[in-house]
Amino acid sequence: MAKLKLALYWASSCGGCEIAQLQIGDKILKLAEVADIVFWPVAIDAKYKDVEAMPEKSIDVCLFNGAIRTSEQEHMAKMLREKSKVLIAYGACAYGGGIPGLGNMFNRELIFERAYLETPSTDNKEKVLPQTKCKVPEGELTLPEFYDTVKTLGQTVDIDYVIPGCPPEARTTWLALEALIEGKLPPKGTVITHNAKAVCDDCPKKRDVKKVKKFYRTFEIMPDPEICLLEQGLLCAGIATRGGCEAPCPQANMPCTGCYGPVDGVIDQGAHFLSAVASVIDSNDPDEIQRIIDGIYDPVGTFYRYSLPDSLLRRAKIK
Amino acid sequence: MNFEPKIVGFCCNWCSYRGADLAGTARMKCSPNVRIIRVMCSGRVEPTFVVKAFELGADGVLVLGCHAGDCHYSEGNYKTMRRMPLLKKMLAQMGIEEERVRLDWVSASEGDRFVSIVDDMTAKVRALGPFKNNSKEAKHG
Repeated sequence: MAKLKLALYWASSCGGCEIAQLQIGDKILKLAEVADIVFWPVAIDAKYKDVEAMPEKSIDVCLFNGAIRTSEQEHMAKMLREKSKVLIAYGACAYGGGIPGLGNMFNRELIFERAYLETPSTDNKEKVLPQTKCKVPEGELTLPEFYDTVKTLGQTVDIDYVIPGCPPEARTTWLALEALIEGKLPPKGTVITHNAKAVCDDCPKKRDVKKVKKFYRTFEIMPDPEICLLEQGLLCAGIATRGGCEAPCPQANMPCTGCYGPVDGVIDQGAHFLSAVASVIDSNDPDEIQRIIDGIYDPVGTFYRYSLPDSLLRRAKIK
Repeated sequence: MNFEPKIVGFCCNWCSYRGADLAGTARMKCSPNVRIIRVMCSGRVEPTFVVKAFELGADGVLVLGCHAGDCHYSEGNYKTMRRMPLLKKMLAQMGIEEERVRLDWVSASEGDRFVSIVDDMTAKVRALGPFKNNSKEAKHG
C-alpha cells in the first residue's frame, strides 16, 4: 500500500496545536510507518511553491490549525483545500475562531491602534502602521492584508472533519489519526471526540442542586475539590461544551473554558452557556439578580471564549 | 423613506398573548411593528432565539411573560427574569443598544399595557435606526 500523504499547516494560532500533535508520543512512529509528511512549516523545509506544484487532491489528509485573519491564511486555506482529499479543522481556532477570534470584538483600525501606537512599550513616533505595500530603495515590499473580521476555517472553505480542543488532547488527535490510518472515517462533518455528550459526563465531581448567590473568578475562592464547580459559583463551561477530553481542567479545580466547542445540536455555544449560567442564579428579586450578574465581568469573553467567529452574530458591532 | 422597525415579540401563551389578544378584540390602536411569536412560557425563550432574531434581521426583540408570581408553570418567568439581564449585558458588549432588547410583563387583562409597551419600544427602536446585521457583513476585507 502506498503511504498516506499528510500535510499540516498553521494559520492564526499560537503554535500549541503543533505541540499537541507531538503529544501522541511514540504513536508518532506508527504514523511515520504509514504516512509521509509532505508539508509542515513548523518542522520540515517545504515551501509554498512546493505545495503549489502538487496536483489537485494529491494530499490525502491535511490537518489545518488556526483561524483565518489575513489574506495569506485565506490563500493557503483555499490552496490546501484544492490539494487535499480530506481537510480537517484541527483545534479550537480553526473550528470556532478560538482566542484570535475574540479579535472580532474590535476591527483592524482598533487593533492596529492598540498594538502599534498605544501599548506602553511601543516607541513609534512616526506612527507607522503595517501596509500591504511599501516602496524601499531595493524595490517594493509586500505584507498580507490584515482583515477586520476573523473567520473560521469552515467559513472560508469546505471542511471534512473537526478535531476540537485548545489544544486537542492527544487521545482525540489519535482517535482521528487511527480512523484515517484504518480508513474507517466517520460521516463528513463529524466532530471527532470520544464523547459527544457534555464535559460534565466526563467529570467525576459531585453534582447536586445548582443554586448560586454569587459568581467568583478563579482567584477569588478555593473550591471544594469534590463538588461541581458551577455549583460553587465558578463559571464552568462544561455544561455547554462537548466532552471527550476527560475533563482535565475541572479535575484540576479550574473551570472548563469551553475549548471543545458546542455539543451536537447547539448552534451557538455562548448563548447556550449563558442560558445555563443564568438558570442557576438563586433569586427571584430583579435587583438581587442584577447584583449577581454584575459579578460576571466579561460575558462575551467568558461565554464565547473559543467560538465568537462561529457564533450567530460573529462579531461585535463597532460604532 | 421612513424607517419602520421590525420587532420580534415572544409572548407567553397564558398571559401576554392573551393580553395582546385583548388589545386586538378591544380594537385598541397599536403599532404594527411587533411580529408576535407565541410560546408556551417566557421561560421557553432561549437566549439563542433572541440572538437568532438579530442574525435574521430583526431590529429589536421584545419578550413578554406573566407577572412575577403569576406564571402558569409556577416559575418559568423567574428563569426569564434571570436570563434576560445577563443576555442584555452580553449584547451590550457586542455593541447592540440596550433599547433593542426588552423584557416586560403583561397579564391577560392588560391589553392597554401591551399597547403602551409595544408603542414605546417601537418609538425607541425607530429612533435608533436599523440594526445592521454583522454576520452578513462579515466578509473578508
